Amino acid sequence: MSEAQDYKYIGQRTIRPDGYDKVTGRANYAADLALPNMIWGKVLRSPHAHAKIKSIDTSAAEAHPDVFAVATHADIPNQRNPGALNILAKDKALYHGHAVAAVAARTEQAAEEALGLIKVDYEVLTPVMNLDDAMAPNAPLIHDQLFTNGLPEKPSKPSNVASRMEMSKGDIEAGFKEADIVIEREFRTPTVHQGYIEPHACTVRYDADGQSMIWCSTQGHFDVRGSTANMLNIEHSKLKVIASEIGGGFGGKTTVYIEPVAMILSRKSGRPVKIQMDRDEVFKGSGPASATRNKVKIGARKDGTITAMEAHLYYESGAFPGAAPLGPGCMTIFTPYDVENQYVEGFDVVVNKPKVAAYRAPGAPQSEFACEMVINELADELGIDPIDFRLKNAAKEDTQTLYGPKLKAVGLVECLEAAKSSPHYQSALEQGVGRGVAAGFWFNIGGVSSVIINMNPDGTGTVLEGSPDIGGSRASMQMMAAEELQLPIETFTTIIPDTAHLAHNDTTGGSRTTFATGMAVIEAAADVVRQFKERAAAVWNVTPEQVQWTDGVAINANGEDKMTAAEICANAGRTGGQITGRGNINARGAGPSFGVHIADIKVDRETGKADVVRYTAIQDAGKAIHPSYVEGQYQGGAAQGIGWSMNEEYIYNKDGLLENPGFLDYRIPLASDLPMIETIIVEVPNSFHPYGVRGVGETGIIPPLAACGTAVSKSIGIRMTELPLSPPRILKAIQEAS
Amino acid sequence: MATTVIFSSELQKFTHEAQTQVSATNYRGLVAEIVARYGDLEEDVILEMAVAIDGEIVHDPMLETIRPGSEVHFLYRISGG
Repeated sequence: MSEAQDYKYIGQRTIRPDGYDKVTGRANYAADLALPNMIWGKVLRSPHAHAKIKSIDTSAAEAHPDVFAVATHADIPNQRNPGALNILAKDKALYHGHAVAAVAARTEQAAEEALGLIKVDYEVLTPVMNLDDAMAPNAPLIHDQLFTNGLPEKPSKPSNVASRMEMSKGDIEAGFKEADIVIEREFRTPTVHQGYIEPHACTVRYDADGQSMIWCSTQGHFDVRGSTANMLNIEHSKLKVIASEIGGGFGGKTTVYIEPVAMILSRKSGRPVKIQMDRDEVFKGSGPASATRNKVKIGARKDGTITAMEAHLYYESGAFPGAAPLGPGCMTIFTPYDVENQYVEGFDVVVNKPKVAAYRAPGAPQSEFACEMVINELADELGIDPIDFRLKNAAKEDTQTLYGPKLKAVGLVECLEAAKSSPHYQSALEQGVGRGVAAGFWFNIGGVSSVIINMNPDGTGTVLEGSPDIGGSRASMQMMAAEELQLPIETFTTIIPDTAHLAHNDTTGGSRTTFATGMAVIEAAADVVRQFKERAAAVWNVTPEQVQWTDGVAINANGEDKMTAAEICANAGRTGGQITGRGNINARGAGPSFGVHIADIKVDRETGKADVVRYTAIQDAGKAIHPSYVEGQYQGGAAQGIGWSMNEEYIYNKDGLLENPGFLDYRIPLASDLPMIETIIVEVPNSFHPYGVRGVGETGIIPPLAACGTAVSKSIGIRMTELPLSPPRILKAIQEAS
Repeated sequence: MATTVIFSSELQKFTHEAQTQVSATNYRGLVAEIVARYGDLEEDVILEMAVAIDGEIVHDPMLETIRPGSEVHFLYRISGG
């Protein structure tokens, strides 16, 4: 079913439909909209990492001649909304950059000026900036009433540990007793940002009649509507959200920061309000990924059979309990391995940093990094090739996962075999170059998608889908509509309308769009085919069952009559009205995707600078609808994972203030930093999807951490355990070792 | 043939056993049956979880049919990035 020749249209490398707009600059991003009488909003942010807010005096700002409105937490109508405390702080500023108040003024400069007139009386508190400090016996408490959830005994005292979870299968102690070799290591990963190029921005209008509109950059405009409407007590039918083109999200645009603030300011001022974060605000005020401290212990027999795997995971949640992606971290860590005895314990810990947000396979890169590093060390100790070691223990169909069900058909073994036979792995290493291999697993999700296909009088069609396009989904939807209707790809145009024109769609995330929204497209297209048959049957005076839809043409099974889509659509008004297909689904059965990466890295031992000299990403796509986009996802995930491994980290000073909120000091990889990332698409079909599709967007960020970590370790002959592997850290390790 | 429900280690804190057999033929009936069987297991705990029926993960279950002989797991709901 996955062979390209089985399909007429999917599997092709078509020209991307949004390419012209983006290349010519015609595409409209979040900051591009200006409305008549629009004013500018600006957000006042806490200069402290941890402080009580004793009072906020906005009177001088309100008296500024160009100021139209000022907002504080007290202006949020629904004070019980769980996200409201992050939108505008109430009694406490919980991190450097926490939004405290906002103004709307005639110009951006006037708004900036007015921010300086707001007087906030802070009582500065000791910040808690990392896991060690947060869990120290007498650590300052970030929340006075936070009692750890999930402990065997209910705690008598509050702490900074929000929750504990554990998972197990088999007998972990017995498993370690069976082992001939046991390796236990602790690893640390830093706070990192998704690094999307387009900062958060929105333009908002609240009209006197209660109708309102938000134009913004988001991965989920229906969830922007839901969150903002809930916070501001607005009916969904009176709030229209339009998703602009998006300049990167990677999970970081699955929540709201400025949209409710702009709406409050617009409601108070009676004018449209625009808010644009600058880069400094993006780093300080949006949600990065958790920093972690993870301990992993794995035992194996001399023949390479893993007998037991144990992990203790600690995830920073930022300043808000429960935000850390601890569940996925625990659930994914050992999934690539078919090992009977596994145990994982995890802790969600609050610190005075921004509330963490999703970042591509949230939670998985950190935990799987720790596991894969130990796997590679074990392979070395046992004298077994790291791919052979993984093949011997690889998860496959019917492997019992730690998190619940047995796996269906998955492609890990196929990925490992493809990696082993790849030109990269078969190539010899140059002097001083280290090679690292790592596997990665991500679940992928399904969820709610709503699609409409409107057929036009000339036989062309418009696909309306509600998943903002962050990775090429407009092309994929167009191709799946074409495949199902057996009409040329160019027949269809895909658009992403506002929230008033489609029923709810879940946010683009979890690698769900091509899988789930694609299934909704297939269902909508099948609905169109059904109607095509009915209309042709009516004209021919036969039953619909006597009509076949073959190669994009209706054929009367009782005779020689044929009718094209264009002919049916041209007559649609006279045969019952225009034709619209609908697909409203809650997709289930998302197929997990495994990947394997190979990294070659050369370290300059004098400076500690590490260069990735060759890199290959191999991953199971189930079925690649548009192979170029799939490869792009593999490359993008790899590039971000390499950045996470090699350079990226939030750097705070002793007072908890972020010292590198810009791309000069927070260094994501540039094109010139990386080699061409080679890709291999493996296709093991997902049995729950009509074409076998698996999500591909997230798995690719998981393996780079350990692939690079191992490659650097091998290049310098020192086992590295803390990311990023930046020049100062590598140099320090070399100097300490010598 | 009965349906087998397999409990995670977290749920075993409430059920005190690793698996059980139920006769329910749909998701809601299954939840009602196990909540009635295990006094420590609150319905809200189960309703916040996703379910996997014969390996097919449903993140927001309600009306799902369960065939006799099926294997059912409850698991944490996953989102993504």
